Amino acid sequence: MSFDASTARGDLILTRITKSYGDFKAVDDLSLTIPKGSFFALLGPSGCGKTTTLRMIAGLEEPTVGSIHLGETDITTTKPYQRPINTVFQNYALFPHLTIFENIAFGLRRRGFKDVDAEVNKVLNLVELPHLASRKPTQLSGGQQQRIALARAIVNRPALLLLDEPLGALDLKLRRQMQIELKWIQKEVGLTFVHVTHDQEEAMTMADTIAVMNEGQIEQMGSPADLYDNPETAFVANFLGQSNLIKGTISGNDGDSLVADLYGQKISLPKSRSHATDNSIYAGIRPEKFRISLLNTPVSGNVLSGGHIEDVSYIGVSTQYQVAMPWGQELIVFEQNDDGVAPFKKGDAVNISWEPIFTFALRGDEDVTAGSEVNPEVLDEE
Amino acid sequence: MGKIRTPYLLLLPGFGFLFTFFILPILNLAQTSTQTPVGGGDTGQYEQTFRFQNYIDAFLDNKEQFARSFIYAIIATILALMISYPLAYAIAFKAGKYKNFLLVLVVAPFFTSFLLRTVAWKQILGEEGFVVPTLRSLGIISQSTTLTSTSFAVVMGMTYNFLPFMTLPLYASIDRIDPRTLEASGDLYANAFTTFRKVTLPLSMPGVVAGTLLTFIPAAGDYVNASILGSPNTKMIGNVIESRYFKIVDYPTAAALSFTLMAAILILVTIYIRKAGTEELV
Repeated sequence: MSFDASTARGDLILTRITKSYGDFKAVDDLSLTIPKGSFFALLGPSGCGKTTTLRMIAGLEEPTVGSIHLGETDITTTKPYQRPINTVFQNYALFPHLTIFENIAFGLRRRGFKDVDAEVNKVLNLVELPHLASRKPTQLSGGQQQRIALARAIVNRPALLLLDEPLGALDLKLRRQMQIELKWIQKEVGLTFVHVTHDQEEAMTMADTIAVMNEGQIEQMGSPADLYDNPETAFVANFLGQSNLIKGTISGNDGDSLVADLYGQKISLPKSRSHATDNSIYAGIRPEKFRISLLNTPVSGNVLSGGHIEDVSYIGVSTQYQVAMPWGQELIVFEQNDDGVAPFKKGDAVNISWEPIFTFALRGDEDVTAGSEVNPEVLDEE
Repeated sequence: MGKIRTPYLLLLPGFGFLFTFFILPILNLAQTSTQTPVGGGDTGQYEQTFRFQNYIDAFLDNKEQFARSFIYAIIATILALMISYPLAYAIAFKAGKYKNFLLVLVVAPFFTSFLLRTVAWKQILGEEGFVVPTLRSLGIISQSTTLTSTSFAVVMGMTYNFLPFMTLPLYASIDRIDPRTLEASGDLYANAFTTFRKVTLPLSMPGVVAGTLLTFIPAAGDYVNASILGSPNTKMIGNVIESRYFKIVDYPTAAALSFTLMAAILILVTIYIRKAGTEELV
């Protein structure tokens, strides 16, 4: 070896990576920079190429085309055991024949580390399981195994920690708790975390930056708030939360705003949130941004009139309405239950209003169902 | 009440069978092993005199064959392990859709009789076979060297005949290894060799132990390979027992030898299992 990749540090840079299996491109010309010290999430549905990307970073797969750099060092063809990168595997992949202590010590021992005991005990304390050191993995619960898998990886202080759907096998409550813990541990140890998941809520809870992947490419990248408030494609708008996408045309220009015509009703939207390439658009509004009002109530901002309450579902913190619009579309509206009563009944004639800044615009030739037919909970079963 | 009794009733035929065809014969064999010839009686007439000296005599007269049996069986077991491990590994991890087909091939020799397969090896290693002329023309063996009636032939025959008993448990064990643990090992700074030593091999130890036992135990008591492929110089303890029973009609010695062989195998196997530490692997 002409260089020692194991000491490489710095940003992770993927340059024009393609991974083909025969005619199928699992990852298609993907470029990405993951800054050192960040909590980065690769989010996408099953088969979008996120796991393949992770495996190429780990060295378990080699890209067909493209290069991977860690700081200045090219690690494209470096063997996994020569990379300063550790992985928390989807089903943990703990060594069943070794004790918890030896599982965690495995990486340290391979590198001839001197003070194995102290390091292992330190990390066992970090994950709050020091009493399990002499157990075997099969004697642990799923949540405990998950923490040991994390401990086994971070004890090596890698330049990069990869997490492959690490919480997928845990039940919902434990998953929420582990999300907070993972985030805390990442801050505590200051490592770069790259987290692969299909669970948008998980990605948004933990990551500083999310890259949404679809069909082997990055659809959009940004902070959770960015992606949620200002999605650039229908896929992102639908995959991260729910969106109401209404067909329309740009009819005017007013300083920082655009005026759009939605089925004969004028609304305004900020220019900075328009991703349309011509006058044909889909105007997008998140369900919780809508407000419902009875016909004679004064309203401000953008207004769409002529709606009828089609369905009312009470779900605790909020009430979910389906509002049938004159052009045949049903809009989804979430209203906070902060005033004690559900004021609207099925059949009520209503107007819908919202603040113009909450509007985004997508290209008019988008497939409005993209990303919405994917049910993350079903994908869990794979 | 009836529900509790049912499992025992179902076990009854098995108990009956084992009692009649295993416990009783063993007791009979034990009884025979301390008998002596009836004074002035015919060949094959023995009476119970509790002569335990039979065991010492039988062992001292056949030390050489005992030693040979264990040496041959150990060599055959090691050879079978060396052949089977890569084979089982390849079938488990690399064969893809050919997995089942390859497993059928491993078992396929069982469709032919054990005896016939051993006789076939006599042909393969004989003067007319292709092995001897090839090795001679390559200068690996001298022109006068033959392979039949040698310890080489006996060990080869045993290795071949017991190979599936090694391969199948090994396969079962290796196939159960989660390939992700091997990836995890690579991810945690272990190269391919270290991964094999620290992860694959320890995880496949139950198969190694089962396979070596299933090969070693029948191989140590085998007499078919030695009698078909060997010579008087390659006699194993199985051959001695066979000839004592059927040719010399010396039942007490044959019985004493049988018990000594059983005890020796039992002791060796116990030591082996202790050393291999399989209780670690559950």
